[in-house]
Amino acid sequence: MPKPKVAFYWCASCGGCEETVVDLAEDILGVVEKVDIVLWPVAMDFKYKDIEAMPDKTITATLLNGAIRTTEQEEMAHLLRRKSQYLIAYGACAHLGGIPGLANQFPREQILQFVYEQSPTMVNEQKTRPQVKFTDNGREPTLPALHNVVRSLDQVVEVDYYVPGCPPTPKLTKAAVTALLENRLPPKGSVIAPDVALCDECPRKATKPTNVSFSEFKRPHQVLMDPEKCFLAQGIVCMGPSTRSGCEAACTVGGMPCTGCFGPTSRVRDQGLKIMSSLCANIAPKEEGEIDRVLEGIPDPVGTFYRYGLAKSMLRRRVNLPVK
Amino acid sequence: MKPIVPKKHEPVRIGFYICHCGTNIAGMVDVKAVAKYVGTLSNVAVSRTYKYMCSDPGQELIQQDIRENRLNRVVVAACSPMLHERTFRKATEAGGLNPYYFQMVNIREHDSWVHTDRTEATRKAMALARAGIQRVPHHKPLEVKKVAINPNVLIVGGGIGGIHAALTLANAGKMVYLVEKEATIGGHMAKFDKTFPTLDCAMCVLSPKMAAVGAHPNIHLWTYSEVAKVDGYVGNFKVIVRRKPRYILEDLCTGCQECVDACVYKEPKFPDEFNLGLGKRKPVFLVFPQAIPPVTMIDPEVCLNFKRGKNPDGSHVVSDKCKKTCIEACGDRKAIDFKQTEDIKEITVGTIIMATGFQIFDAKRTPYYGYGVYPNVYNAMEIERLINASGPTEGELVMRNGQVPKKVAIVHCVGSRDENTNRWCSRVCCLYSLKLAHLIKEHTDAEVYNFYIDMRTPGKSMEEFYNRVAEEGLHLIRGRVADVYPDPNDGTTGRLVVQAEDTLTNKILKIPVDMIVLSVGLEPHPEAESLRRMFNLSCSAEGWFLERHPKLAPVNTFTDGIFLAGCCQGPKDIPDTVAQAGAAAAEAFALIDKGHVEQEPNTAYILADECSGCKSCIPLCPYTAITFDEARQKAIINEVLCKGCGTCVASCPSGSIVQNLFEDEEIFSEIDGVLAAVPAE
Amino acid sequence: MTNENQPSSPSAAWKPRIVAFFCNWCTYTAADLAGVSRMKHASNVRIIRLMCSGRVDPQFVIVALAKGADGVLIGGCHPNDCHYVEGNYKCLRRYQMLKRMIADMGIEPERLRLEWISAAEGEKVKRVVNEMVETVTKLGPLGLPQKFEEWDEEMEHFAEHVAAKEAAAGSGGAEDRTKAQTVETAHA
Repeated sequence: MPKPKVAFYWCASCGGCEETVVDLAEDILGVVEKVDIVLWPVAMDFKYKDIEAMPDKTITATLLNGAIRTTEQEEMAHLLRRKSQYLIAYGACAHLGGIPGLANQFPREQILQFVYEQSPTMVNEQKTRPQVKFTDNGREPTLPALHNVVRSLDQVVEVDYYVPGCPPTPKLTKAAVTALLENRLPPKGSVIAPDVALCDECPRKATKPTNVSFSEFKRPHQVLMDPEKCFLAQGIVCMGPSTRSGCEAACTVGGMPCTGCFGPTSRVRDQGLKIMSSLCANIAPKEEGEIDRVLEGIPDPVGTFYRYGLAKSMLRRRVNLPVK
Repeated sequence: MKPIVPKKHEPVRIGFYICHCGTNIAGMVDVKAVAKYVGTLSNVAVSRTYKYMCSDPGQELIQQDIRENRLNRVVVAACSPMLHERTFRKATEAGGLNPYYFQMVNIREHDSWVHTDRTEATRKAMALARAGIQRVPHHKPLEVKKVAINPNVLIVGGGIGGIHAALTLANAGKMVYLVEKEATIGGHMAKFDKTFPTLDCAMCVLSPKMAAVGAHPNIHLWTYSEVAKVDGYVGNFKVIVRRKPRYILEDLCTGCQECVDACVYKEPKFPDEFNLGLGKRKPVFLVFPQAIPPVTMIDPEVCLNFKRGKNPDGSHVVSDKCKKTCIEACGDRKAIDFKQTEDIKEITVGTIIMATGFQIFDAKRTPYYGYGVYPNVYNAMEIERLINASGPTEGELVMRNGQVPKKVAIVHCVGSRDENTNRWCSRVCCLYSLKLAHLIKEHTDAEVYNFYIDMRTPGKSMEEFYNRVAEEGLHLIRGRVADVYPDPNDGTTGRLVVQAEDTLTNKILKIPVDMIVLSVGLEPHPEAESLRRMFNLSCSAEGWFLERHPKLAPVNTFTDGIFLAGCCQGPKDIPDTVAQAGAAAAEAFALIDKGHVEQEPNTAYILADECSGCKSCIPLCPYTAITFDEARQKAIINEVLCKGCGTCVASCPSGSIVQNLFEDEEIFSEIDGVLAAVPAE
Repeated sequence: MTNENQPSSPSAAWKPRIVAFFCNWCTYTAADLAGVSRMKHASNVRIIRLMCSGRVDPQFVIVALAKGADGVLIGGCHPNDCHYVEGNYKCLRRYQMLKRMIADMGIEPERLRLEWISAAEGEKVKRVVNEMVETVTKLGPLGLPQKFEEWDEEMEHFAEHVAAKEAAAGSGGAEDRTKAQTVETAHA
């Protein structure tokens, strides 16, 4: 029986998701044994036309990580969707837009200007910019265009499953791949992680009091954090209550508050608004000025509450940005 | 009529009705156009207009359509749900559907009555109707819950408030447990001499009521007892009461007091708490002559038959060193038992009335008045005992130095209306100050000076009382006392000078007086804080127990089934205390008589499997309906206590709390419906 | 930064739509009172009834804006008068942060308003509604559904480009799309 074909592809991402696959360590050999990897840009050579030449739906599963920001990524998303039976959004960027999604707070022009003109390490007196099309000696090389809007994978093509995390843990990845190979998949559209918030598996839960009340918020660099106490009990914003579990509380065990990379549970439409709702309701003061003073402890609410999920949030993007 | 049980996955079939309400709605909203538009929407099986939906034929129309058109949802666009939601829910139920499959849309108070453009009003009605149509498919078949009420009542506190409430309920046939911390009921009122404005003697009014309580078959009177623990909820409170040992067996003591006469202490030697330390008592004593129950008690701290010091659990050890002449005198009645221990009682009650009263302001906190320093400075309660015929001086106003004062200053507002002590006005002090002025004059013919800030005498007959007393030759000085100091011209009598500015004449007065009476304000009981935690009550910023609403629910608390009576809720006089106690008794009675409480099914519940136990919701509920289940490590809502505000639902960061009737999906559908495009014309 | 806050001139037909979340005990009752007293006011507000302003989930506010509301009005009981003790304070705390967040996301904070209205203040309902309609009219349409569509046009253009490319290539891929495919899955 021919081995199932599997593809990995990366879009607007950092490479961390590829690391996770590598981090499967010995288990990776087990994976490699059982499947036929037809596409893995970080590790293997390939050509687009090889993928185009495959009959549709002959790739059993494609694990696509990274957000969709360029026309190339968009094209590959469509291509891999056609060619795959299961298209799996792998990692927070494909699931929610991820960190690249934070670019949705700025106009494309501002970003390009910063990168190609203003950044401290850039020397570019002529203010040269990459071009989508360029003529040189009778040849016309092209580059992908940068979209105005960062998108999650399912805002471009239909997605079958999501493996959340920034990056997903090796354990979660192995579980997803094994489920795939054993044909034990949950209903289409599921996020392959428990539908319960992180507090459920966090070892600091016992230290969280039942009467938490915030009279200030502090950020991790401002205080010496207690290594065992619940972060919220210390006045430090932790996204745990609004974030799916399944990561074995890697961050909180490791000494940092949860920043929400596994995304929301299925019962919530906007992760950022829900955690904000909860934190604010538990603020101590009742008078506007005092409330504002406490909220100053969260100087960048969009960056804090939507660190991974801005592209997938209800507003998606700062609404008064241009589209040209 | 047999109820229709909707099959699972049955397609939604909505019956939509828009009411003309005569011309109230139809005059501004094109109801036919709305009905036509709604008829085009998904899930709508029937869409009708009718002149008066709330009328009998209107309601029958709904019922008929449910049967004949197999409807499983009903939406009526008419007046405000505040008026007729109940009517149409009943009609829906009469038609065989669960009443909560009904949604009301307000197009009268919120539309036809307040807009002037027909087109806009019609479009708004379409949008609102659509919102109702999109919401109603999500409705669930909810049930009104009933909780049974145990007919027994616990009343905490045996002052005039508690006594009145107890008698009211006991006379109505209810079983009452009256728990009082002191060894006798009567509270502060038992210490007063005469009460304003009628100047009737406090004990004459109180004593018959106290006796009635003592004798009443429906009242379990537990004095020298305290509530130790309260669990449960309205209709079903489980209470543990600690009955402290008085070393006298209540059932056997006849109140003859021969034990007191026979005590080895020939003379009373120890400070008498009832007389605020102004008199003396023996180790075995009756708190005051008209005490109910009329049973003596033994103070183990000073009785010779007890060892000094206590066991770790607070109990006292018998030394057996005394001759025990008391037991001899008691003889066959055998009512004295040195081995008596604490008795723990567990009771179940359906309602609780808090009548725990107040404490007076400790004048030592205003040291500039010299209380506790100069022997001639007294607080008002001490004066009540001195002028009381059954007090330590048998009604003679005699000071500690043996003298009868010729000049007395009464200082109003001690501890009250002051940022540094208590901000509030204690309501009764001006009146009792005037009363004391009158009584002091009556007893001694002294010159009396009342130093006041404002003269506050509200209430029935109070202004008249003020006038009467003022005409008796009182010196009324409008000026707050600034200082009290020994009269430099006097060396021996302890005379004091009271210094105040008379603001009406702009003069600084320095008046030498023999005696100063400090009109101390009222404060929350010293144990109010621990009491309220035990009973789960809220209190105001000042510490008084919090009423649910100052006008609409002045005796209810935020905890269903617990009511307030008297000064524990805020300073007030005896008439108001008794009125409030009656109100609290009525509230308790109403619950008991009904036999159960019904709950509108808009309560919230936690999705047990989905809850992560993050505990964010727990501090949010003012009714403490949400608790943390340590065993399951999840939050849990007691639906009997939940009032359905939905605050926790909006907070839950993982979306694991659902509010019946106001689920997220129901609201999202309404929002979507209200913003959907409606026909332009 | 270019192109920010350039208001498109709204067509003459545009009228602001405002979604209001009113608490049952005070604000909804006040709106009823305004009705009973026939206090005429602007028709642009659509009221959604909740038991308490504490039930107002920030998701409701943003969904309303995302679905086309030009403004959102929240009504609750005055401080200290909340029927459920302190639900209104929780609403206030959320509102203070929500205003900041929508401003950070490019929405004028004046489009969101929180008012304390007691059951006796029918007049206040009229005044607040009229004021809000005036404010939002001056701000112009928010038009988020249209904006979302505009943003996604860059994808439509791209889809056309891909289709054209495939037509030009005319090989394998296009044909295969029309064949029904059987899939082999491996079993361990």
